[in-house]
Amino acid sequence: MAEKIEYRGHLHDLQKDLMNDYFDQMTRSAQGEGSPAVYLLISGNPVELLRAFDLLPVYPEINALQTAVKKQALPFIQKAEELGYSTDNCAYVKADIGLFYSGNKAPMATVPPPGLLLTNYVGCNVYLHWWEHLAELTGAPIFDIDIPFLRSLDGEPSREDLQYVVRQLEELIPVLEKISGKKYDPDRLREVVQYSLETGEYWAKIKMMPQLKPAPYDAYFDAVTMMGPLYALRGTKEGRDYFRAAYEELQKRVALQEGPLPEEKYRLVIEGPPPWPYLRTFRDMFARWGAVFVASSYSTVGGLWEFGFRHDPSNPIESIAMHMLKWNLTNRNFLQRYAQLKSYVEDWNADGLVIHSVKSCRLFSAGQGDMREYFARELNVPTLLVESDLEDQRYFSPAQMRTRIDAFMESLEHHKLVGHQR
Amino acid sequence: MATAAMSEIEQVQDLTALVDGLRVLFEDPEFKVVSEIKRLTGKPIIGNFPVYSPVELFHAAGAHPVGLVGAGNQIEIAHADSRFQSFVCSVIKSTLELGLTDRLQDFEGIVFHSICDPARNLASVFKRNFPDKWVEYIHFPQNLVTESSVDYLENEYRRLLDRLQELTGKTVTNADVNNSIALYNTARSLMGTLYAFRRDHPHILTTRELYSLVRAGHILTVEEHIRLLEHALRLVRTKPGHERDHIRVILVGSFCEQPSLDLISAMEEAGLDILDDDFLLGRRWFTEDLPTDGNGVRTLASAYRDRSVISSVKHDSRRHKGDELVAQVKSSGADAVIVSVPKFCEPGLFDYAIYRRALLDAGIPHLFVEYEEKMWLFDKVQTEVETFVESLLLD
Ligand code: SF4
Ligand code: SF4
Repeated sequence: MAEKIEYRGHLHDLQKDLMNDYFDQMTRSAQGEGSPAVYLLISGNPVELLRAFDLLPVYPEINALQTAVKKQALPFIQKAEELGYSTDNCAYVKADIGLFYSGNKAPMATVPPPGLLLTNYVGCNVYLHWWEHLAELTGAPIFDIDIPFLRSLDGEPSREDLQYVVRQLEELIPVLEKISGKKYDPDRLREVVQYSLETGEYWAKIKMMPQLKPAPYDAYFDAVTMMGPLYALRGTKEGRDYFRAAYEELQKRVALQEGPLPEEKYRLVIEGPPPWPYLRTFRDMFARWGAVFVASSYSTVGGLWEFGFRHDPSNPIESIAMHMLKWNLTNRNFLQRYAQLKSYVEDWNADGLVIHSVKSCRLFSAGQGDMREYFARELNVPTLLVESDLEDQRYFSPAQMRTRIDAFMESLEHHKLVGHQR
Repeated sequence: MATAAMSEIEQVQDLTALVDGLRVLFEDPEFKVVSEIKRLTGKPIIGNFPVYSPVELFHAAGAHPVGLVGAGNQIEIAHADSRFQSFVCSVIKSTLELGLTDRLQDFEGIVFHSICDPARNLASVFKRNFPDKWVEYIHFPQNLVTESSVDYLENEYRRLLDRLQELTGKTVTNADVNNSIALYNTARSLMGTLYAFRRDHPHILTTRELYSLVRAGHILTVEEHIRLLEHALRLVRTKPGHERDHIRVILVGSFCEQPSLDLISAMEEAGLDILDDDFLLGRRWFTEDLPTDGNGVRTLASAYRDRSVISSVKHDSRRHKGDELVAQVKSSGADAVIVSVPKFCEPGLFDYAIYRRALLDAGIPHLFVEYEEKMWLFDKVQTEVETFVESLLLD
């Protein structure tokens, strides 16, 4: 079994360039040049509104995860813990608070101070706490957008929910005018939303490709590469061009029947965020078995394009509101997530489900034992639940993880041999 | 109607004995008194998970709302820990365990609220595991700056009422809602009076006693709870007490998962006079009486925004938790703060960092303790409190 495989395609290099550019913009903003920064959160966000005012979106989640990928998060986490943050609090927040207390010098950029803290409360309750702390520490103004959770029996937002969100977005506009010093221009917003529409088109097509065999890319490990531009650059021409290029590259792979591994032996679905500090290690643990992830719930935290969402330039604000309310994973209830994963297993033709349960993120993880019950017992899908963390490397134990994964893959092999195929 | 437990309690003329008698109400994982109330009133039972729940609406719709806050240290967790991981707080697991062990059979429904991510996911897990139960989830507004949050919440409450009416078959009028608001106003105001009494006389009305009186309201009907509180208030006024060599503290962080009654006692006995606390905060959510002559549903919605306590599970960027805590310490004359948070409680743990900064800045001593409802041994907490008390008494 090969231990090390090179997964890189052109889309990875292009992503790197674009993200470096984006980080340079952050550093410039920190030096007082370029656009003022607005902090916001990944899940179902209204970045289009910021782009329409030429404001720079800054995502503390991206800063935290980039720091973790470079295995440099721990000192920041520990700094926050010294200041009273608990070992049991989300480590993204701690890494960010620690970064603040260390002069905002992240490994990839200097993080600019916020001109505005925009709390797009889409599902995660920790978001509210996080921004409350940042408001206290930075003294920046805060604007909350409350997104009612999908809680009705049919899982749809109500008319009133939509009106409530639209009203808040309308109240946000004068705030953005003030921070940017620019007048609101509906045509400019429509243009931005058009870019998001096209980006979403390409991304949705990309997300459907792994239904083919072999999957042309790994819908977890390679999808996270594409998620960077999806947030940092959505609503821009560069962002749209990136997704077009990625789509075209992947289409060529489809034509050549090429996948990310020499041979696709197993098709898996994965639930939960990745262990950023051990991303590569984690990937290799599956790759050595020829296992490819064909779908992942994590890649839909920002939006559920593959299930039909598109921004609408003819109705920009309402479509942004619907994105926040309905069309992202985090604002959907846990049973809707079960249904999404079930559809991945069935429609993406998978052999099993891996649940990566991360301590930091209870939005994802709380109750995943019940999810395992549902898939393993009720649906008879081979299911593996492993625990670690998305940010704090202390919770990842490579030897233990590998043993669990190997045991699961062996049983999956057996399962396939004796013909218990789904 | 009168439950047997209440009839007995009303005979007791000694507060300490009365309070001891209340334990059977809320330390009973079989919910016998709830069954009795159900039998006597014929009302459907709805369990209200913490923190705040608009109990008035349940009452107005002809249901009996029961505060359902886990199972303390009364049961073993044998099934729920395979559904919720080790890093999730205990009240989530013990509440689910109650369901998985068939102890919630008398409950027609259960309602959860937007307090934290585990509680939200628990609502879904309940739905899946108990498909015949009426399970609801209330999303409270988290943008209290905008006026439209009141419209939103009014609509949310109307949606809830619609579903409640389907369950109970009762058509709810505005007068019903206002009548319920009036009853709960009375209960809240009696609890307020008892809280004020305890602040001034913590050696007469202990926190253990006060807590039991408030907690009884989780189980009893509001009408019976009012009678209990009135009775207790009469008794407390004549109760003797001796001043103790204790430090005076404000206790925060215990708004959701509850410490056992014995843990509360252990903390008091370790040297604390607790002047104010946030135990069972949802029952004392409003800071003043609500009007009873308006659109009742709207009254509740707007009171959530403008007449309610500050809380770790209510996001209100108009207010600062640290500043309010410091102000509370100063106005009550407390010596220190105890931040006592359930293990793994994300909202409580986050707020600790805010309290800590504010208290350090203001030069107010504090002690941070973590507990779990299921704890049986309190030596560690007790020692921590004793050491803290001694350090302050020596100063
Ligand atoms: S709890 Fe999860 S979604 Fe929320 S901030 Fe932390 S990692 Fe992000
Ligand atoms: S104790 Fe804390 S984490 Fe647990 S349910 Fe309550 S608020 Fe949520």
